[in-house]
Amino acid sequence: MSSTDTTTVEQKVFEALAALGTEAEITRDASLEELDVDSLDLAEFAQIIDEDLGVRLEGKDMQDVKIVGDVVDLITARLAA
Amino acid sequence: MTEVVVTGVGAVTPLGVGAETLLREWIAGNDGIRGGEAPCADFDPLETMTSKQARRADRFTQLAVGAAEEAVAQARLDDVDGTRIGCIVGTGIGGIETIETAHTTLGAQGPDRVPPLAIPLMMSNAAPAAIAMRHDFRGPVFGVVSACAAGAHAIGSAARAIRCGDADVVVTGGAEASLTPLARAAFAALDATSPTGESRPFDARRNGFVMGEGAGVLVLEDREHAEARGAAILGTVSGYGATADAYHLTSPRADGSGAAQAIEAALADAMRGPDEVDYVNAHGTSTPQNDRAETNAIMSALGDRAGEIPVSSTKSAIGHLLGAAGAVEAIATLLALRERVAPPTLGWEVRDEGMDLDYVPGAARPLAVTGDRAAVGISNSFGFGGHNAVLVLEAA
Repeated sequence: MSSTDTTTVEQKVFEALAALGTEAEITRDASLEELDVDSLDLAEFAQIIDEDLGVRLEGKDMQDVKIVGDVVDLITARLAA
Repeated sequence: MTEVVVTGVGAVTPLGVGAETLLREWIAGNDGIRGGEAPCADFDPLETMTSKQARRADRFTQLAVGAAEEAVAQARLDDVDGTRIGCIVGTGIGGIETIETAHTTLGAQGPDRVPPLAIPLMMSNAAPAAIAMRHDFRGPVFGVVSACAAGAHAIGSAARAIRCGDADVVVTGGAEASLTPLARAAFAALDATSPTGESRPFDARRNGFVMGEGAGVLVLEDREHAEARGAAILGTVSGYGATADAYHLTSPRADGSGAAQAIEAALADAMRGPDEVDYVNAHGTSTPQNDRAETNAIMSALGDRAGEIPVSSTKSAIGHLLGAAGAVEAIATLLALRERVAPPTLGWEVRDEGMDLDYVPGAARPLAVTGDRAAVGISNSFGFGGHNAVLVLEAA
């Protein structure tokens, strides 16, 4: 996986989270809790990521995710698999 | 018996944002009908909701939240125990714009792309749920569905909830936002909407209703509770009558008997007689069937007094707000009673045979109130399915 790919994933994740209407600043270190991301947001987020990157995220995939960086890493790993 | 008073009102209508705006513009003879429809062009949901809250609400919920904001602020509920506050809001259809958009997505992109928010936005109880979450109301909270009588049924149910002691305060009303391609086409297919885009209730040339959108919300409260906390009391919801025609899916009984029974029940509930009624806010849709049946109902229920009482239709100014109509019209009625003014039925010019009530043609006029008592008004609401809901309102 090249660094460009990680950057692309990060950009997509940031865009998807912004589309959900969060008003807090989106950074790699921001927690999903800080961004007010709840179960409905995650369902929408998963749909956007599936559509844009072809990665299907299930509910259990997101159980251990705490910060935005975790989400980026999870998706990047799935793309590389 | 517990008396139910009104301590706040709020409205978002085609005449603008605000309950007082609705009455002021209507009395001035202005209407909100543009191009055969009556949209709430001045409404911006982001004035009350964050972008995240707004995207989690269909337009009918956004309108309801906007109207509730005004009503709740007026009632000053900050210090009231949220567990004793309910929220009951009616709608005819619910989130039809959400349904249509989601269905288009389903057809074009398949089931995997249907938005996860589709169900929570389309559900017809979404408006009371959103209002309750916003203001931390934890008493009885639910929706009411009875087509174009829903707003009045909600208010009646709210008054009953207070009388029964289920809550001290109930925030109630109706909301509708169905200016959508499917609703337009479906009402037109029924010949329910005016092909010329004119709302002329009770006029001989009436040819259907003009569809509008909006929301009306009232704060109802146990009088003792309101007085104990020093709330300003605007008036009372003194009577409620609900009946069904049990006759036809869309047509009212031609003799208006089901509606007349609801008027009689509401007056009995209010312990008022026809001689004490100063104003009737009619359902007055501008359809040939409703306006004639309603005229018959008023004549039957109010007897010899019927011809002396001013009868006007808010729908002449804002079109038909469907599930929101009963709530918006209850607010218009109460404010008109407080101002002691009979607002006009705009566009009424040609008398129809056998329809001889005083429809307040032309312009608003002072409301005559006999004796030393509060002004008393009736607000009628009827819905497809044969639902009849009538409220008796009194100025403080």
